[in-house]
Amino acid sequence: MNFLSLYILILVLMMMGLFLSKSRKQIQIIMITGASFLLLLSGALTYLYLTERAAGNTAEMLFRADSVWYTPFNIHYSVGVDGISVAMLMLSSIIVFTGVLVSWKIDPMPKEFFLWFCLLAIGVFGFFISIDLFTMFMYYEVALIPMYLLIGVWGTGKKEYSAMKLTLMLMGGSALLLVGILGIYFTTGGSTMNILELSKLKVPLEMQRYFFPLTFMGFGVLGALFPFHTWSPDGHSSAPTAVSMLHAGVLMKLGGYGCFRVAMFLMPEAAHEMAWIFLILTGISVVYGAFGAIHQTDLKYINAYSSVSHCGLVLFALLMMNQTATTGAILQMVSHGLITALFFALIGMIYGRTHTRDIRLMGGLMKVIPFLGVSYVIAGMASLGLPGLSGFVAEMTVFVGSFQYADTFHRILTIGACASIVITTVYILRVVGKVIFGPMQDKHHETLTDAVMYERIPVIVLTAAIFGIGMFPGWISSMIGDSVLPLISQFIR
Amino acid sequence: MQYTLLILALPLLSFAVLGLVDAKWKPKVAGTIGTTILGIITILSYFAAWQYFTQYKVDGVYQKVIAFDYEWLRFNDLLHINLGILLDPISVMMMIVITTVSFMVNLYSLGYMKGEKGFQRYYAFLSLFAFSMLGLVMATNIFQMYIFWELVGVSSYLLIGFYYTRPAAVAAAKKAFIVTRFADLFFLIGILLLSYFTKTFDFGILTSSNANVFAEATSKTFMGFSMLSWAMALIFIGGAGKSAMFPLHIWLPDAMEGPTPVSALIHAATMVVAGVFLVARLFPVYVVFTPEVLHGIAYVGAFTALFSAIIACVQTDIKRVLAFSTISQIGFMMVGLGVSGYGGHEGVGYMSSMFHLFTHAFFKSLLFLGAGSVIHAVHSNEMKDMGGLRKYMPITNWTFLIACLAIAGIPPFSGFFSKDEILSASYSFSPAMGGIMTFIAGLTAFYMFRLYYNIFWGKEFKPATQSENYHGHGNTPHESPFSMSSALVFLGAVTCVAGLIPFGHFITSDGVPYDIHINLTVASVSIIVALVGIIIATYLYRKENEIPEKLAKTFDGFYKAASHRFYIDEVYLFSTKKIIFNNIARPIAWFDRHVIDGTMNGIASSTQWVAVKIKGFQSGQIQQYAYVFLLGTLLVAALVIFLI
Repeated sequence: MNFLSLYILILVLMMMGLFLSKSRKQIQIIMITGASFLLLLSGALTYLYLTERAAGNTAEMLFRADSVWYTPFNIHYSVGVDGISVAMLMLSSIIVFTGVLVSWKIDPMPKEFFLWFCLLAIGVFGFFISIDLFTMFMYYEVALIPMYLLIGVWGTGKKEYSAMKLTLMLMGGSALLLVGILGIYFTTGGSTMNILELSKLKVPLEMQRYFFPLTFMGFGVLGALFPFHTWSPDGHSSAPTAVSMLHAGVLMKLGGYGCFRVAMFLMPEAAHEMAWIFLILTGISVVYGAFGAIHQTDLKYINAYSSVSHCGLVLFALLMMNQTATTGAILQMVSHGLITALFFALIGMIYGRTHTRDIRLMGGLMKVIPFLGVSYVIAGMASLGLPGLSGFVAEMTVFVGSFQYADTFHRILTIGACASIVITTVYILRVVGKVIFGPMQDKHHETLTDAVMYERIPVIVLTAAIFGIGMFPGWISSMIGDSVLPLISQFIR
Repeated sequence: MQYTLLILALPLLSFAVLGLVDAKWKPKVAGTIGTTILGIITILSYFAAWQYFTQYKVDGVYQKVIAFDYEWLRFNDLLHINLGILLDPISVMMMIVITTVSFMVNLYSLGYMKGEKGFQRYYAFLSLFAFSMLGLVMATNIFQMYIFWELVGVSSYLLIGFYYTRPAAVAAAKKAFIVTRFADLFFLIGILLLSYFTKTFDFGILTSSNANVFAEATSKTFMGFSMLSWAMALIFIGGAGKSAMFPLHIWLPDAMEGPTPVSALIHAATMVVAGVFLVARLFPVYVVFTPEVLHGIAYVGAFTALFSAIIACVQTDIKRVLAFSTISQIGFMMVGLGVSGYGGHEGVGYMSSMFHLFTHAFFKSLLFLGAGSVIHAVHSNEMKDMGGLRKYMPITNWTFLIACLAIAGIPPFSGFFSKDEILSASYSFSPAMGGIMTFIAGLTAFYMFRLYYNIFWGKEFKPATQSENYHGHGNTPHESPFSMSSALVFLGAVTCVAGLIPFGHFITSDGVPYDIHINLTVASVSIIVALVGIIIATYLYRKENEIPEKLAKTFDGFYKAASHRFYIDEVYLFSTKKIIFNNIARPIAWFDRHVIDGTMNGIASSTQWVAVKIKGFQSGQIQQYAYVFLLGTLLVAALVIFLI
């Protein structure tokens, strides 16, 4: 049995356990044990990966396994990881672990909630370990469907509308994607679905011109590419906390990961030709999302627009197509995943206490709930790119990489993207100044209680990860950078 | 000199510990830990300075020593961020300034902040600040400097907003952070541009005056200026933001909302001179390759110095007077750098600027701590609540007077020596520059003594029961506790003697020591001008009288404009609130909801509409289906018949 398949196995076992469980207590035990195993597995994987690389293994993907699944179309269950996937798997397991704790007291129907939650996680982990195009797409779909129910049933506000909108838009994206994937498959001769083998076969350039935009946009919808980002604010604000965390933290990264690993990797020539169109769109995302966030009054909306801006930066950096920028993009995915998950977790906890997310109705929370207040400030600082926290490392890598192009077009876009950090400062400090600092707004808030143990652990875990990457970025940056190099050499040629 | 790493590590450790335990330890414990650690690193810094200046002079030139180096983040083969410790004359001098003033402020705060809620947090932030500021000055490369640059920014944010329940403090903290971060954007772009052409972040390579490094950057031009000029100008904007140069000065006066010792440390002595330090650090680049930018810096500095000196003359909040005075003095330092040449006596401006930075740090922090002592006693920042305090607070009175004399430029106090060097450098740059700077020196003497007389002389002190700020602790103001006054006395003593340091032996533009000569003409002119300023202030403010009121009435328009700080804040408020918030952010939010999302919803509802319209086709009625089927068959049959 392959090491990587353990991810799926653990989650399947968790689901079976959930079926048999009878009480909330049992559900909690199953979930936390399973999530801890996933976390340990990712830790072990990272360690093994790094030792393997240090031992001089230079294969593109490590821990490969392959078994045929559907012969007529050459679909295989094929897994393997490189530094990029290891980073994403680590991120995913952290978010899943913290997501479980954040939904510790989920109500109603905890069993059903966690079943869908596990299914979602299967989709996410499966996507990151797969190197077979079709299997990857299948896992991608598996990740999307549970979202509809998770938001529609356990959400808040106009949840049915949001769930429907989110699902339809993402499904629309995957329709484009399916066409793109089939296009890649058939234009390369229909002999394999394996990404590594596909990259050696060439998609003819005139075909790339059709299928690159389809694939890129298909994944781009999930990565909140302007103008297909509007599912994000509604979806995030209606979703229950853990789902927002998983969605913004991991699911949106599927988009960026797919854009890179499928669209750009397999169709590099078209990527070169068309990069400018998408650079403009993502450049707009970055600045537009940040400005959009300034005006919002709902904490989750602010964070959703902020995600549009930060995920825009991921795609933006990928399209710069050099090693530094691409490394920065992957780092930004990890960093944004952690930061935004922390934000959503905190917002969920604050909402659970104040029963409002409107920043005009809150104030001075630092005084009554200092733990959450301090954590919120830390999350804010990370988001605006303070050195020592992960956001800085990612953003600076992106900017330095993007600045390696001396032509006016790239320069203007890069400077525009840099400018977004100032806008980010404005909306972050606006919220922090209003909600966390300042005088109390509401007398009822004076009796709020601070975070309890099962709420503190996820916050501490996420904060520690943010600090960890921010203070010691060398190892993760080089792990990603080394893996980016063989992929990027496709475009550099 | 590996042990210098401790100078960075200890305050970081102290921040981490104090920050994590927060309120679990008694305030006294936290205060003692913070102060002791600062004490230890102060001793280490002095030792390092002694060792550096005695042992690292090779062939009469002070060497740059890399005491520690660690590759933190690698971008590509050429560009990587290192974290390290660079020791050279200016970084060693800054170490001394930062640790000494920090230590004094830590000590002083033991008394000043006693009983405040969040005392432990306060000490944690002070440690964080000390760490970040020391990291900034010891940076071996420009990106490390940027990292610590941001960190001092955030420490400043946290400390300004220390009284976080007060809306004014929160707003001021926010403003300071946003304005400096806006400037930092230019700094960042400058760094990116510079590193793109030079392929390095390292100060060692950048300041080696090696023309090859800059060959590409100087050969490419954009809008008439070389890329290097653009990069250096952008980097200066970053420095101007931190050092509150016009028009980015607006955050500094508001930053006075923070606790007074913080103002002394961050917003007078150390952080605000980071911009000056930045220019000094990159001085060889400025002076050799981009003299036009350097001259620009001189003009910006001179204008800022004049502008804020005028405003300082009419402010009534004592901390605001000091804030504008700080801006003005930093303007002096910028002018010193801007008018300087390179090497030997040409580089007197550089030396004088660093000298002024050094002396200013002590006398200005003394002024702030003195003001803090006054505020502590009368519980108000406003001049109208003060007067005649010399009888009640003798130590504060005397030390404040010393500092006022120093900043006014009266010998033998420290400010005279450093300011005089700046003035003579300005005169050799151009007589106009010298004249303006001398005039500003006169203004400085005037507003400082206006401040002094208003606090300690003027009308007799009445326990201001009517004042809202007065909480009624006892009826008469009294001298501050020992921890506070000892800091005042120490800084006062330094202010008296610091001017006698032969500064040219330690810090020069090219690292070669030389002897300073006081230019007697310039010195006598500046002393006379300063005395005139003091005399006018004495005449107007020593005893309570009607003349200041009358003067204000005579120059009504100008007086109002100056006391409203020439409406610069209003301009900013207009451009941020009206233009950015209302005309950019709001339309974008609207556009997103109604146009983009509207399109998506439109697609959805049109799908729905079409569905409603065509759902009649699937009615389930057999008769209808049969009817359509029959019609279709007939149609096909007709087609077949007619076409064939």
